[in-house]
Amino acid sequence: MRVLMLGWEFPPRIAGGLGVACYGLVKGLAYHKVEVVFVMPLRTGEEPPDGYRLLGANEIPIPFPSASAAEFGEKVRFYGVATALGPYMEQIVGPTLEFSVPPPLPEATEGVLHLEFTGRYGPDLLGEVYRYAFAVSHLAERETFDIIHAHDWLTYLAGLWLKEKTGKPLVVHVHATEYDRSGENPNPTIRAIEQAGLEGADLVIAVSFYTRSVVVERYGIDPAKVWAVHNAVLPKDRAPVSRPPSSRKVVTFLGRVTFQKGPEYFVEAAALLVPRLPEVHFVMAGTGDLLRSVIHRVAQLRLGARFSFTGFLPPAEVERLFDLSDVYVMPSVSEPFGISALEALRAGVPVIISYQSGVAEVLPHALKVNFWDVEALADLIYGVLRYKGIRPFFIRHAQQELSQLQWERASAKVVEAYQSLLP
Amino acid sequence: MKHICLYFQVHQPFRLRIYRFFDIGVTHDYYHEVNNRALLQRIARKCYLPMNALLLRLIEKWGKERFSVTFGLTGTFLEQLQLYAPEVLESFQRLYATGAVELVAETYPHSLACLKSRTEFERQVRQHVELLRKLFGATPKVFRNTELVYYDELARWVHGLGFQAMLAEGADTLLGWRSPNYLYQSSEAPIGLLLRHYKLSDDIAFRFSDRSWSEWPLTAEKMANWIASLPAEETLVNLFMDYETFGEHQWAESGIFEFYEAWVELLLREGLALFVTPSWVLSQYKPVAALSAPMPLSWADTERDLTAWLGNELQTDAFETLYELEALVQKVEDPSIQRDWLRLQTSDHFYYMCTKFFADGDVHKYFNPYNSPYEAYITYMNILADFRQRLAQAP
Repeated sequence: MRVLMLGWEFPPRIAGGLGVACYGLVKGLAYHKVEVVFVMPLRTGEEPPDGYRLLGANEIPIPFPSASAAEFGEKVRFYGVATALGPYMEQIVGPTLEFSVPPPLPEATEGVLHLEFTGRYGPDLLGEVYRYAFAVSHLAERETFDIIHAHDWLTYLAGLWLKEKTGKPLVVHVHATEYDRSGENPNPTIRAIEQAGLEGADLVIAVSFYTRSVVVERYGIDPAKVWAVHNAVLPKDRAPVSRPPSSRKVVTFLGRVTFQKGPEYFVEAAALLVPRLPEVHFVMAGTGDLLRSVIHRVAQLRLGARFSFTGFLPPAEVERLFDLSDVYVMPSVSEPFGISALEALRAGVPVIISYQSGVAEVLPHALKVNFWDVEALADLIYGVLRYKGIRPFFIRHAQQELSQLQWERASAKVVEAYQSLLP
Repeated sequence: MKHICLYFQVHQPFRLRIYRFFDIGVTHDYYHEVNNRALLQRIARKCYLPMNALLLRLIEKWGKERFSVTFGLTGTFLEQLQLYAPEVLESFQRLYATGAVELVAETYPHSLACLKSRTEFERQVRQHVELLRKLFGATPKVFRNTELVYYDELARWVHGLGFQAMLAEGADTLLGWRSPNYLYQSSEAPIGLLLRHYKLSDDIAFRFSDRSWSEWPLTAEKMANWIASLPAEETLVNLFMDYETFGEHQWAESGIFEFYEAWVELLLREGLALFVTPSWVLSQYKPVAALSAPMPLSWADTERDLTAWLGNELQTDAFETLYELEALVQKVEDPSIQRDWLRLQTSDHFYYMCTKFFADGDVHKYFNPYNSPYEAYITYMNILADFRQRLAQAP
């Protein structure tokens, strides 16, 4: 079986759980002898080689002039507009047309065009998404595959276009929805692309039952075609670093500092804890659009001396941070899965997660709290740091649960999903 | 003719309120007054009052020579009756006044103090005996430890307190090849042992409304027949269960009350059995053998050991931390400290921290105010921290 997999992130260049999950999944699929070609916007050349083929969309040769700007624009317009609901129409047409204009063509391309990508979540993200779809659609003639598997809205258009050209079944994999990222005010264009992808897919994989219900209820997708396949975690390839005995306790938040991750609840809990725990220190690792306001709030609460803001951390630094952490807190408002909780666990760190996270479904023994219940969150943190019963109890049980969460198992379910689509 | 010893355990803990770390040193109010009251009044309505009325009817109809029952009413339960449901206390008092009811002694707060301190254990037993004397004019001769926890050394202590018999679990590990349907004696002390027939007891207490059970529905005839067809020489049948079985664990709609009444009536009408008390058994039976239990047994779960209360790190840490305070408590006379010391020892607090909660939590979730064992543990530890501060500051 051969799968053309479309994704936006792959290690080492990752912004969050999406790339980590894609990496685990393709490794797991390799274990099941599934051939995967993973197409990302561009390769850095530092990706780990592991029994799959990686391809950058920037490497895809596009015949010129047959690939006309008109065709590109029409496609984008089709997917952007045809699925939009009435009130959103105007808003979608605008950016669609604006971003649909292909970049100026280099002079001497000798009939072959390569599009350029940053692979980042920059201001031209939508333009990049459309160009990615355009480039990837040309793989219809160049690659043979049985299944198209597209991860998150960024690649849905590419998947839909490829499906249209080849007639191959399309699986879309939902790691997050626009409702997770933006709450009740989804970006209408992204929302519309998600709707098109979910409707056009032959099968949808959601990373948790929680996300499955979002897909079914918010997007009106037939539940019969939506499977829940929980993420897993790769085994740790290094031993935890023993830390010098210290009375200082470190409470860690790791993730994008955005609405979805609930960073402000972490700060409010810290404010309750500081007067009672003189030895506690808080680390907020990650960046995002709420970072400035979070730092303001920390200053306002006069907690600056107890807080560290690290900015975005690459994977190796994340591991080091876990080694230093006494408890990991993930107060997500809406978390489709939350793979970093598994990474913390793997490093032997007790985790407190919100009930509003998919990972809660696979970690019965994790400490759980409603994200808005700051007092309960603070109390759990206090309990983990102060009372010696929790750590050994938690580690013993959670490690057992963690050992069940292998990518080989998760991938087996994905293979099963593929097989259900093949004759 | 069988002799059925029906024993009902009636207990309610003082459940704790949400008590955060920032409450430590600020408030000493530990109990969820609203929930405790509401829960007790609900159970009173669904179980205590209707079942007491049913028992009274049976006693009046058949007379105490043919129909008697035994109760274990814990100190915290009786305190809650006084606070929240005095009419239920009166109803128990009326039952006791018939002479057809025996009351057994136990630790006042339904604690596991025996595992930590003989002094504390004996103090609590005396407090419970005193309460039974005060409320009922009763002088218990038989002892029943919390959750039927039993072991050899305890038998010596209980004998030392002047009791003539103990109730215990008819656990396979204790009985081996023997049947629970005889009177036994401790190998350590001249004290009688009445052992629970766990299969027949649990048929009523746990399986009565279980539709996946091959014997469902359990009828009065079926139950009467099982008892009548026990070997002829096995005349004693000890059925011990939670009183809340009637109307709470098994809802009234399941037909539990009708079943119970019909079953008693059937056995008495047909002359197949008498319903007797432990003291009556002691006066009529001779122990057939001495049994030894080097390790503690209980009636809980399938393991019938202490793991429901002291099976994980949360529970053992909380338990150890609690009893570290014993020496301090004994130096303080403040009645509110003494009251809280008792209430915090109630075994339910440890039960709520049980790991089995995650796996087969049904029984463990019953009346459980917490979402997870962590919450139970942290709440308890926060309260202990406050309690410890109060002890340190007490004159």
